[in-house]
Amino acid sequence: MSDYQVTHSKSQVFYDVFERKPELQHQTHYCPGCGHGVAHKLVAEAIEDMGLQDKTIFVSPVGCSVFAYYYFDTGNVQAAHGRTPAVATGLKRACPESIVIGYQGDGDLAAIGTAEILHAANRGEKIAIFFINNAIYGMTGGQMAPTTLVGQTSTTSPFGRRAGNEGYPLHVCELLATLEAPVYIERVALFDNKNTMRARKAVRKALELQKNGAGFTLVEILSPCPTIWKMDPIDARHWIEKNMLPVFPLGVFRDRPAPQLADNPVPHHTLTEALGLDTTEAETSEPKQASKAAGNNLTLKMAGFGGQGILLLGQIVAEMGMRAGLEVSWLPSYGPEMRSGSAHCHVCLAAERIGSPLISHPDVLIAMNEISLRKFAPQVKAGGLILYNRSELPEGFELPQARVVCVPASDIADQIGTAKVANTVMLGALMSETELLTEESAMSVVQSILGAKAKSASVLEMNRRALQAGRQFMHKAATPVQS
Amino acid sequence: MASPARGKVTIDVNECKGCGLCVEACPPKCLELETELSAYGVHPAHYLGEDCTGCGICFYTCPEPGAITVYKMAPPPKATLTTTEERNAPAH
Repeated sequence: MSDYQVTHSKSQVFYDVFERKPELQHQTHYCPGCGHGVAHKLVAEAIEDMGLQDKTIFVSPVGCSVFAYYYFDTGNVQAAHGRTPAVATGLKRACPESIVIGYQGDGDLAAIGTAEILHAANRGEKIAIFFINNAIYGMTGGQMAPTTLVGQTSTTSPFGRRAGNEGYPLHVCELLATLEAPVYIERVALFDNKNTMRARKAVRKALELQKNGAGFTLVEILSPCPTIWKMDPIDARHWIEKNMLPVFPLGVFRDRPAPQLADNPVPHHTLTEALGLDTTEAETSEPKQASKAAGNNLTLKMAGFGGQGILLLGQIVAEMGMRAGLEVSWLPSYGPEMRSGSAHCHVCLAAERIGSPLISHPDVLIAMNEISLRKFAPQVKAGGLILYNRSELPEGFELPQARVVCVPASDIADQIGTAKVANTVMLGALMSETELLTEESAMSVVQSILGAKAKSASVLEMNRRALQAGRQFMHKAATPVQS
Repeated sequence: MASPARGKVTIDVNECKGCGLCVEACPPKCLELETELSAYGVHPAHYLGEDCTGCGICFYTCPEPGAITVYKMAPPPKATLTTTEERNAPAH
C-alpha cells in the first residue's frame, strides 16, 4: 500500500476540527449533497495551491454559509446581511496586501445586498466575490429569492413565482457585466463532473487575478439545495441542468484588464491637512518626543448627554495625541439626536498601533452627568480615575476600584461665562493628571478648531481660562473625594 | 494475479453524510453506499476495492472537506511533484 500517494485530500486551508459544536466536529453543517461544501473545497484548494492562506481574509455572509469562519483557517470576518462587499472593501483598502474573498448566497447578494455588490463592482474593488446561487433562501426555510425561477414554488410563492407579480429572476452576472470596472465575471455550475472542474478553474482564475491585484472579480456558482428543493442530491444536480441553465446561461461575461484610469492618484492627506488646519505651530513647538516619553498608553471614555461637547472633547484629546506623535483612535457613540440623548466616545492614545478603538475598561472616565457615571464607572480599570461633573457624588454611589474626583466643570464654565467650555474645564482637569497632554498642545488644537474668525479670540480666551481653571481645581482638590 | 488498481479511495465514515454523489459521479463505478447505517444514521459510501483510477472526481464531487482521500499509484522515480503532492506524505 505504500506504493500509493495521496493526490486529493482535505485542504490545509480548512481547520482540522470544526469547533462549532461539541459533536460532529469533522463535518460541516451543510446538508448532504449541498453545493456549499464543494464550493468551499474549490476555494480552499485554490488558496492553498497559490500559497495565499496567510494573506487571505474570508468574509462570510448571512445565510447557510454564515459559519464559513468555522471551516476556513484564514482571516475571517462575518458581515451583516448583504454587506459582505462593503466589509470586503474596507478590509481590502485597509490591508491592500491581503487577498479578500467575499462569499455570498443569492439572498444575501442579490436581495438585501444588491446595493453593496453593485457599487463594490462599480468601484472596481480588488476583491473576489463567490456568489452561490441556488435560486432560493436556504437557511430560512425556502422563501423566494430574487433568483427564484419563474414558476418555481417556494414558501412565499406557493403557487410558483409569477413574473407579473414578483418579477423575473435577477441575472447578477449580466447586470454587473454592464459596468466598466469589473475585470472578471463568470457563471459556472456544480451539476456534473465537467462543470465542477470548470467551476474549479474559474475559482482559481479569480484568485489568480486577486493575487495580481487585477480588480473586481465575481464567480457565480449555480449550486444545488437538495433539502429545500425537496430532492435527493443527485436529482438536485439534474435539476440545475434542466431548469437553471436555460435561465442562467453559463459562461464568461467579462474577462479583461481593469480600465486604465486617467485619474490623478488619490492624494493621501492627514486629517489635519484634509481639514485645512494649521499645524505648523504644533510641529515646531512639539517635536515627536511624547511617544517616547509616554511609553504607557492612555485609554479614556467620555460620556454625558449630547451637546456637552463630549465627542468634541474626545476629538481634541485625540488630535493632541496625534500631534504628539502618538497612535490615536476616537470612537464615538451617540443617538440620532443632535442635543440631549446620551453620547459617549472612546479615545485611545498609544505608543504602539492600536488594535481596537473600542475600550471596555478605560483608564479614565470623564462623566459629564450622573447617568453616565453610574453606567460607566464600574468599567473603569482598577486604580483608574473618574472625573465627575458635579461638586459631590450622587447619593449612595460607591466605587471601590477607582479614584473619583468631583470637578464641577459646568459650574466653573458658567463662572467663566459660557457653559460651552465645561468640556475644556474637564480637559484641564485631565491634563493635570497625565503628562501625555500639554496646555500648549491643547490651546493649539482648540485654536485650529476655532479657526481665524474675528470673534474666536474671546472664545479662545475663555477656553484658555477654562483649561487653567480645570487644572487649578485639581491642584486644590489634592485630597481625593474617595480613594 | 490482476495488476493492482492505479488509484484508491478512502472514505471517512465520520465525515460521510451518505449523499451518494460520489457513487453517481465515479467514472469506473467503484464506489457504493453501504447497506448498513453508520453511527450517524446514514449509509456511508465505501470503495469496492478495485478499478479506482485515482482520477479525483469523487473528491471534487463530495461536499465534505475531508471525507474522501484519493491516492494514486506512486509515479515512477523522477516524476515532477505538484505542490499538493509534495505536502502530502506517502500513504502509510
